[in-house]
Amino acid sequence: MTAMPTGLLGKKVGMTRVYDEATGDAIPVTVVEAGPCVVVQVKTADEDGYDAVQLGFEKVAPTRVNQPVLGHFLSRNVEPHKYLREFELAAGDELEPGATVTVEIFQEGQFVEVSGTSKGRGFAGGVRRWGFRGGPASHGSKVHRSPQSAGATDAQRVFPGKRSPGHMGAARTTTKGLQIVRVDPERNVLVIKGSVPGPRGGLLEIKAQGPSEGGDE
Amino acid sequence: MTDLLRQIEEENMKQDVPDFQPGDTVRVGVRITEGSGDEQRVRVQPFEGVVIARDGGGLNETFTVRRVTHGVGVERVFPLHSPTVDSIEVVRQGGPRRAKLYYLRNRIGRRARVRERIAKPGAAATEE
Repeated sequence: MTAMPTGLLGKKVGMTRVYDEATGDAIPVTVVEAGPCVVVQVKTADEDGYDAVQLGFEKVAPTRVNQPVLGHFLSRNVEPHKYLREFELAAGDELEPGATVTVEIFQEGQFVEVSGTSKGRGFAGGVRRWGFRGGPASHGSKVHRSPQSAGATDAQRVFPGKRSPGHMGAARTTTKGLQIVRVDPERNVLVIKGSVPGPRGGLLEIKAQGPSEGGDE
Repeated sequence: MTDLLRQIEEENMKQDVPDFQPGDTVRVGVRITEGSGDEQRVRVQPFEGVVIARDGGGLNETFTVRRVTHGVGVERVFPLHSPTVDSIEVVRQGGPRRAKLYYLRNRIGRRARVRERIAKPGAAATEE
């Protein structure tokens, strides 16, 4: 393959299952609508200090972006897009702004990692956020889901990193080692084994994985 | 569910599933893989019993078949669209008044039967 970035932007559509014809196993899968993405900017080591491609996803009307961002698109003769993300470019590859990237950069069976913003859980307690066991529900117990001791008394302080209740979710999360089950270039769809971060309709970054990370390329 | 998800599910669904409902007696051809390596062999084993429930929708639909053998009740849940379910054959049509026939579990012998469906006059033409 020629000139391919290592990743793509997409949207989570939802989960379902597919059956393995040979074994009859039900495989849980996530359907992702990915691309087509447009190369907006090519960063080079000479000019920017590192090599990367900036991809745009989901066209928007020029009135939907502010002036500086509009200039960023127009100076490269690219239509405005809602989302911009950078991806590494495989060594020795070259791409021009305006080039289109589709799901065809991935192959069935390939391993990828998927990043997104996880579902927000609000202010979560210790049981939900850190897996604390909690206390008995009844038999006179007054300790149900409270976090209890924050540490030893001789320290006279709470150590940094003590797991406490607080805001959970709505943070960038990456799931690695996911396998691509199906690539559908006609509908720009990737079917990925397993679950990916975020709600349905959430933005996802899908990246190819190297062999050292359990990938096959 | 979005249209795209439904579309993808429909593509993976079986097109030849016969019409059957809870209360019907069916014979399910279950694909079984025997042995390993070179001696691997696939054969189809029948499982006959009363459908007591259909659950889920689309590609995820399952159905539960119950039969009593040697005085022991056996229930198997089959994913409707799984390739393990080789064939489904309706042996007898039942006419129960509810969608889930879990009450059959508490009954034995003659009481654990489902009334046969009697085709309504005039409706016979629309039935296959």
